[in-house]
Amino acid sequence: MSPARTRPATALRVRRRLGAFVFLTPGLAYLVVLLLVPLALVLSYVFFQRGRFGGVVYEYTTENFSRLMDPLYLRVLGESLQIAALTTVIALALGYPTAYLIARLPRKWKTVALVAIVLPFWTNFIIRMYAWIILLNGPGLINSALKSLGLGPFDLLYNQGAIVTGLVYSYLPLMVLPLYAAIEKLDPQLREASANLGASGFTTFRKVTLPLTVPGVLTGCLFVFVPSFGNFVIPEMLGGGKSVMVGNLIRTEFLKARDWPFGSALALALVAVLVVLLLAQAWAARRA
Amino acid sequence: MLKIDGITRRFGQVTALDGVSLEIGQGEFFALLGPSGCGKTTLLRIIAGFETPDSGTVTLDGDDLLALPPNRRPISLMFQSYALFPHMTVAKNVAYGLEREKLPREEIRRRVGEVLETVGLSAHGDRRPAQLSGGQRQRVALARSIVKRPRLLLLDEPLSALDKKVRADMQLELKRLQNEVGITFVVVTHDQEEAMSLADRIAVFDSGSVRQVDEPVALYERPRSPFVAGFVGANNTFEGKARAAGLDAGELGELAGTPLDGLEEGAGALLCVRPEKITLREIPEEAAAPAAEPVEPVEPATEPEEKATEPEEPAEDPREAAEESTEDAQDAQDAQDAQEAREAREAAQESAEEPEERAEDAGEGADGPAEGLEGAVLDVSFYGGVSHLSVDVPGHAKPVLVAVQGASAVRPGAKVRLTWDARDAVVIPVP
Repeated sequence: MSPARTRPATALRVRRRLGAFVFLTPGLAYLVVLLLVPLALVLSYVFFQRGRFGGVVYEYTTENFSRLMDPLYLRVLGESLQIAALTTVIALALGYPTAYLIARLPRKWKTVALVAIVLPFWTNFIIRMYAWIILLNGPGLINSALKSLGLGPFDLLYNQGAIVTGLVYSYLPLMVLPLYAAIEKLDPQLREASANLGASGFTTFRKVTLPLTVPGVLTGCLFVFVPSFGNFVIPEMLGGGKSVMVGNLIRTEFLKARDWPFGSALALALVAVLVVLLLAQAWAARRA
Repeated sequence: MLKIDGITRRFGQVTALDGVSLEIGQGEFFALLGPSGCGKTTLLRIIAGFETPDSGTVTLDGDDLLALPPNRRPISLMFQSYALFPHMTVAKNVAYGLEREKLPREEIRRRVGEVLETVGLSAHGDRRPAQLSGGQRQRVALARSIVKRPRLLLLDEPLSALDKKVRADMQLELKRLQNEVGITFVVVTHDQEEAMSLADRIAVFDSGSVRQVDEPVALYERPRSPFVAGFVGANNTFEGKARAAGLDAGELGELAGTPLDGLEEGAGALLCVRPEKITLREIPEEAAAPAAEPVEPVEPATEPEEKATEPEEPAEDPREAAEESTEDAQDAQDAQDAQEAREAREAAQESAEEPEERAEDAGEGADGPAEGLEGAVLDVSFYGGVSHLSVDVPGHAKPVLVAVQGASAVRPGAKVRLTWDARDAVVIPVP
């Protein structure tokens, strides 16, 4: 209406925005400096040639992209996707029942169970990976146990199976926690209502519980898939360098081959795949 | 139809239900009424199959219900929170139970359409529950419960989530629907008004036991225990010893009332009288001092006050003012006359009924039951249709609550006399 009435409202809006700015700045600054700047660097490297001892020579080229299409690298990318997908599926299969059970525990035991889930994080990651090597290797604990049963020895270490085992082990908590949050949030009366209307336990799960926890499932899958896909420590330690994942490749390109531009191209390819996945997840979550 | 026999359920140290037995008839609208934590919801959950009793049996037309899992019981439960499936449309929600019966799609569609029509939501079938108002959600929940044509419908606090106006509408609708579909309804509620207005019969629960099962009017007028008297509606209670014609309330004297059958004279008892059954009469200031004075029809009680307030506002038309005050006076006069007549009738009745008692009382002077109580008005609150007055009676700890029709002319501080008909007050034993 009159300007006299709109002006204070505008002032209020400006002040509110200013408040938002003050609250957001520290976090945003952190992200800008530590995410966007490196990303911009990587993005710019892609178009230049490699320096002889690392770094870049600022001469324009698109060669790095065409190298990406090399079947050798495409295979690494495909294999990484496959390993990450397998890890995610196994983590979901193990994580959902776990989360479901924890969500239905009495309150006191819920806390205990959740602490137990995150407990491995208290120990250094590398140490835990060494523990897996000790468990899985030739004369390791599992093989000696199997031997006493008259089985084995099996090649448990330095193969894809070992990588997936290590990835599932590492990222299972990231699957369980969002699933737990989603299931816990679910009104238990919805399950009762379903039973009251004549549904069996399985029908209730299929028709009510699962559809309503899809956002949690998607979040959990993303949390597991993303770090699995780009991981390089676990393939290095448990894969024995035999099967190469994108993460290893990028590391090798940057640190060993000293081909920063091509490493950047690989890193961008990884980011692109993840962005596509994130968008797919967001779309699916909105539909759910 | 539904027979509950000796149901007991304990949670650790807490006994939620202690040997509850009830019988509910076909087509009845039955209410389980009690304060929160009295066990009524536990009983409902036992009937629906979400709790298992420690002992006792529940049968529906002779079939053992406890042997069936919840999804095989011919019982629908309408949850307090409605528990509508948020990811399904209204129509899908309603169809859910029919789909579980594996009915043909055509029949499901038809029956869902019918029941949505019944609850007046035909136009909302495609909406999600989140897009509906509270009242509409409640009707979806109801439709989902009755579409399966259960033999018994359980309703857990069906109206508690609705605001006052929608509540009144839904109350009527529930009754209409129950008439229409002829299903036996069992409603759990902590709201005695809800129970009274809806139910054919009410079971009052207190700490895991049934205190009284009765029709609403009987429950209200003839409570059988102090708990029921206090829980169902507002009540004024006086402690004392039972007498044939009421209660000996110690220093308050003898109060008129009707003892419950089988109440022995001299036993510890409680007299309960409803606020709306009490007649309140103002005692003129000068007459207040000699307490035992008979009724003084000389000066209308409202007169002095009227005079005190009038000078504050300029009288526009002195004649009109004068007229008003005489009118008021006339009203008050009428009221008093009526009161007197009533009292005289009461006295006559009592003396006719219990001549001996009367004779004994005569020795104590005019302080007989008919005289009632004297006190000072503490507070007057006007609720539209009725006014509530709280009256401080010396010797009685809690103020006595009196309800009168419309606005009350009595002001706080006024001295009043409270009387009631012996038939309107019930004397019940104190356990």
